[in-house]
Amino acid sequence: MPERPYTADEMMTIAAARMVRNGAVCFVGIGLPSAAANLARLTRAPDTVLIYESGTIGTKPAVLPLSIGDSELAETADAVVSLVEIFSYWLQGGRIDLGFLGAAQIDRFANINSTVIGPYDKPTVRLPGAGGAPEIAASCGEVLITLRQSKRAFVDTLDFVTSVGYLDGGNSRDRLRLPGKGPTAVITDLGILTPDPVTKELVLTSVHPGVTVEQATAATGWPLRVAPHPAITAPPSNDELTVLRDLLDRTARAHGTHA
Amino acid sequence: MVRDGDLVALEGFTHLIPFGAGHELIRQGRRHLTLVRLTPDVIYDQLIGMGCADKLVFSWGGNPGVGSLHRLRDAVENGWPSPLAVEEHAHAGMAARYAAGAAHLPFGILRGYLGTDLPKHTPNIRFIECPFTGERLAAVPALNPDVTVIHAQKADRKGNVLMWGVVGVQKEAVLAARRSIVTVEEIVDRLDAPPNAVVLPSWVIGAVSVVKGGAFPSYAQGYYSRNNAFYEQWDEVARDRGRFRAWIERHVLGTKDFDGFRRSLEGAVSHA
Repeated sequence: MPERPYTADEMMTIAAARMVRNGAVCFVGIGLPSAAANLARLTRAPDTVLIYESGTIGTKPAVLPLSIGDSELAETADAVVSLVEIFSYWLQGGRIDLGFLGAAQIDRFANINSTVIGPYDKPTVRLPGAGGAPEIAASCGEVLITLRQSKRAFVDTLDFVTSVGYLDGGNSRDRLRLPGKGPTAVITDLGILTPDPVTKELVLTSVHPGVTVEQATAATGWPLRVAPHPAITAPPSNDELTVLRDLLDRTARAHGTHA
Repeated sequence: MVRDGDLVALEGFTHLIPFGAGHELIRQGRRHLTLVRLTPDVIYDQLIGMGCADKLVFSWGGNPGVGSLHRLRDAVENGWPSPLAVEEHAHAGMAARYAAGAAHLPFGILRGYLGTDLPKHTPNIRFIECPFTGERLAAVPALNPDVTVIHAQKADRKGNVLMWGVVGVQKEAVLAARRSIVTVEEIVDRLDAPPNAVVLPSWVIGAVSVVKGGAFPSYAQGYYSRNNAFYEQWDEVARDRGRFRAWIERHVLGTKDFDGFRRSLEGAVSHA
């Protein structure tokens, strides 16, 4: 059967969704992570438990939320708890398998910045800030990060460390004694990066169909390490594309906006 | 009940945001406020753009689902209309601060912030060693606002308040505050709240006031949904200083209450 055409963003969301193990308890950020986590729930991981930081536990939204506390999340949740409770009993309490984060900037050790571009006291761009990310990155069993790959986003040195990946690499995260083991994959519109088991530096281990290794290295602000034989990500299946597009269409109709 | 220079929390986590009360602070021309909230959004953008605040204590400042808060950014990046000091936390830290404030404990603790740059810029994030296990934990001081303002679904005639849905940190923020104001959608004869519902008894609340639709353009679960078009259109209004001032003058300063504000918007905002 001929492959259906798809966009780089669709490939990114689908590749990220495939990383969600069925039954995982998943703490989800808004935007790309939310699309990927819901796609996983609607395809190969139907028993995934989605938790948003608004305190909505086991939520099953029919459409993607526009804000982290949309009524859709509360109405379809198994339980809705206060913010004090979600961050203490549930997140810091170690009940989350998988944290799903986006970012404005990332470095080679998967530390992320969502605070400022430029100096903190005189920023060129003031970003929204940390939100729940630092404790998601610290406390979830593992973390997936999804963002578009470019030199502006994949930087040699972060302007601000909002959330910790592997800090300076090697065993430096271990020294902090954080409960979670850290990021296990970074899924972009070009490919998939995973940390080296020893140095913890991100390695390009898969490129999406039609993407070259050179494109990925050119979109990275440090000399990107590449696996000896990077895999080629399986293209989106018919089912994955159909479910994702239906979800995005439903979302756009519900919000009266473009998702 | 809100005075110049006060530490003020208008809380709400994308739901039940007290827009009506926030507009009243703009009309009264309050100055030198320290504004506190986990998620400063459009109402804080309006207060900051009108020069009501000297300082913002927060953990995520954006227009949910849309992008930046342009008035907040202009104040931080360019000092317009006046410089804005920021004290920045993470959500878990802010939640711990309110919980400590509600308990009248001096500080809250959390497993957080380790390895991040936030403690370098926020002296109110410090680290302590657990006296029992030796674990290194973050400590953050209790937050006790001079005034907390929230919006809830209903109150009964005695002033007991019931809220449900995404309830955020509103209960803790009210209990932590020296004074509190609750605006509600309606006053009913009987709350009929189930035993474990989020009810704030009248005697922990300073004042209750009916502001129907007072969370617009955010939502009130069971009453009305979020007006997403407003949030999208705010992005355009807030990008430009002149357009922002004109909008506030026409829709907030030019109206005497929240009903007037809503009427002035008719035709100006499409309903999603």
